[in-house]
Amino acid sequence: MHGFANPARFLRLARLLTAPLLLGGALIALAALAWGLLGAPAERLQGDSVRILFIHVPAAWLGMGGWSAIAAASLVELVWRHPLAGIGARAIALPGAFFALLCLVTGSLWGRPAWGTWWVWDGRLTSMLVLFFLYCAYVALADAASRDGEGNSRIPAIFGLVGAVNIPVIHYSVLWWNSLHQPPSITMGQSQMAPAFLWGLLAATLGFSLLFGGIVLARMRTILAHAQAEARLRRRAMEAGDA
Amino acid sequence: MSAPIKAKHQRLVLVVIALVALIGAGLLAMWALRNQASYFYLPAEMAANPPEAGRAVRLGGMVEAGSLKTDPDGVTIRFTVSDSTARVPVVFKGIVPDLFKEGSGVVAEGRLDPRGQFVADNLLAKHDEKYVPREMKDMTAAQARQTIEETK
Repeated sequence: MHGFANPARFLRLARLLTAPLLLGGALIALAALAWGLLGAPAERLQGDSVRILFIHVPAAWLGMGGWSAIAAASLVELVWRHPLAGIGARAIALPGAFFALLCLVTGSLWGRPAWGTWWVWDGRLTSMLVLFFLYCAYVALADAASRDGEGNSRIPAIFGLVGAVNIPVIHYSVLWWNSLHQPPSITMGQSQMAPAFLWGLLAATLGFSLLFGGIVLARMRTILAHAQAEARLRRRAMEAGDA
Repeated sequence: MSAPIKAKHQRLVLVVIALVALIGAGLLAMWALRNQASYFYLPAEMAANPPEAGRAVRLGGMVEAGSLKTDPDGVTIRFTVSDSTARVPVVFKGIVPDLFKEGSGVVAEGRLDPRGQFVADNLLAKHDEKYVPREMKDMTAAQARQTIEETK
């Protein structure tokens, strides 16, 4: 793992992977969405409104997966002080927030025809909204900490770990409490979903996940390049001061 | 050489202890919220521990098959919400969501009246986690049509 502590080695790998992840992810996601809109069958009770599933579920998965990755990176940051961990977590936060918001918006659009309401203060919906707020707070906190210079990424890391408590709450909210949201359709090794929906959903999730990975790598490269440029400017300013 | 490893281990132990405490606290909080955070009463819960009449609550369960009746005024409907153990009669006046059907899930917002009947102001449909293509429904509808043709 400490092989990647060297940013140069990480950057070589990241440069190699970014474009294929972005392109491949976009292609797979678009194909799955197109199939979901045009090819997938209408659902027995919900009719065509079920098609929003193909964007709602990947968004929810990435919203929750994003924070899980932030928590893992935060642990690495706190314990091993790995130089890339904090950068990785910062890179994940913004796309994670976007997908959490996308999940909330598509869920609301879906809730109106399926349940008869845009929004209810139900365990699942509320905990997902809390996740979005946590992302916003993380973005603000990490930005503020990075402005103070280096060595201050520990506070966002602690916040990233504490916020992870919300992830199992989101997952189990529909099992612990009576909820308007239905329980999970796909659990370990089995699915309550007809195969016609399942495969399209898995493809869409894979596509969006690859896209997410590509975005995170690109953002990490941006943050590293930014830090490098700043260090160079600082050095030049110091040399100018010496002269 | 041994000093940085020791510091690293110390940090790991501290973080793990903090995480265990945090998760424990979270679980305790969720446990305490178990009843308050539920979005609705199940019929069995309402039968065992009825909320006082007139207090706004939600009732969730299955619309019992065969129980749905429309009053002569055409807008008031009566049905029974049930789970495996208890049944609660519900009366509602208004427009129902598209997915509101017999044998399907429902969440009714309203209050119990003194006679133990649930007066709903609003109905929300609750669908299950099974997603099934429409062909299956069409098939049964076609079969139903056939059955009707045969009985004519």
